[in-house]
Amino acid sequence: MSTDAPLLVSTRKGLFEIRGKGAAAHIARAHFVGDNVSLAIVDRRDGAWYVVLDHGHFGVKLHRSDDGGATFTEVAVPAYPPKPEGFVDKDMWGKEREWALKGIWALAPALDAPGALWAGTLPGALFRSDDRGATWTLCEALWNHPTRVKWNGGGADHAAIHSICVDPRDPRTVVVAVSSGGVWRTRDAGASWEAHTRGMKAGYVPPEQAEWPENQDPHCVVQSPSDPTVFWCQHHMGIWRSTDDLASWTQIVVEPSSFGFPVAVHPRESDTAWFVPAHSDQKRTLIDGQVLVNRTRDGGRSFTALRTGLPQVHAYDLVLRHALDIAADGDQLAFGSTTGNLWVTDDQGERWHAVASHLPPIYAVRYG
Amino acid sequence: MATVAFTVNLQRHVPSPTVTAPGATVREVLERVFADNPRLRGYVVDEQGALRKHMAVFVDGQQLVDRATQRDAVGPDSEIYVMQALSGG
Repeated sequence: MSTDAPLLVSTRKGLFEIRGKGAAAHIARAHFVGDNVSLAIVDRRDGAWYVVLDHGHFGVKLHRSDDGGATFTEVAVPAYPPKPEGFVDKDMWGKEREWALKGIWALAPALDAPGALWAGTLPGALFRSDDRGATWTLCEALWNHPTRVKWNGGGADHAAIHSICVDPRDPRTVVVAVSSGGVWRTRDAGASWEAHTRGMKAGYVPPEQAEWPENQDPHCVVQSPSDPTVFWCQHHMGIWRSTDDLASWTQIVVEPSSFGFPVAVHPRESDTAWFVPAHSDQKRTLIDGQVLVNRTRDGGRSFTALRTGLPQVHAYDLVLRHALDIAADGDQLAFGSTTGNLWVTDDQGERWHAVASHLPPIYAVRYG
Repeated sequence: MATVAFTVNLQRHVPSPTVTAPGATVREVLERVFADNPRLRGYVVDEQGALRKHMAVFVDGQQLVDRATQRDAVGPDSEIYVMQALSGG
């Protein structure tokens, strides 16, 4: 990470640019104030910012900045093909699924070509741009996969690809995670896909369907940058980890709760990861009104509850799946909540600092 | 030539002044408008050409019937308003 890289905070009513570390972190600028910013990332290769706006009335838009947020240009968004005549594609409510962009829930640099990007969308599809967002191409093999029509919404009305892991060993190998539709990997840049959910279990379907790949609801999947055979997953049913390059997943149980949405993984230590626990899916609040971050340094055998600097009474801050991130230095983390609180640390979570307490609902935090 | 006016709420995203354009249906008129203002298209209709869910179109005071393909008839002096529905409250 360059020393001047920002932390981008996407919220219901604007994009906030954070500068400074730890106690010195502050809001340097606000962009798109009043607009629904669902995701913003920095492409560390060329410094470009990509900002997803969901205008509601006017649809989903993508803007790019090539000058560090001074100016923005609207670029194209992924477009779905026309649905073939007679093709049946109904959602779990029996309603015909529209082949039209409802959201962009993941953006990741495609590391096999400069300026190339992957986008995960709603309804669950993967698109690729080779020209920094000027044009997009649907990954047809995944969209036409026979299980895709069985993917259903989890966290949204539409199934959504929310996690994209580009393999550091080979950028043509890409893992995507879908709510609710499982974990899938291509080894040929999207031409073919295989499910990788062995060991995961769903409790919201009849028992005989509990292990079906398309029934798994991973909330967030992160591949370890330092040991790419290791993957961490915050799943609807708890925490899972794979240490055998996705051949299998092993469940991890942690107190006070294994439920939650995001996970962050240390860039150089594959056994070190952070989670923000919430009450079960029945309540989706914090436990006993206390904000805490769980950190493991031993691959999930033990966890430390990090609370210093975080409210411990009557807090109702839910942290969504993209609202926790770790910087490239491995020491700075940030997380934000649906009640507009933003916290950062520069010592891996030992002490947290409130950057802001009155932001709009926070959807995503991403370090540049 | 029909007259087409766009909600003021669109203006900060994409300039869309009131214009006149020929056409026998709303779709034909809008296509002419989009031809001159291509970025406007994605703000009004989706990639399949359907009117966006929370948009409303009125033709001479009547709400558009055919939201999917906008085949509603347009007269030579029709007034078309492309508005923001209040479905969001």
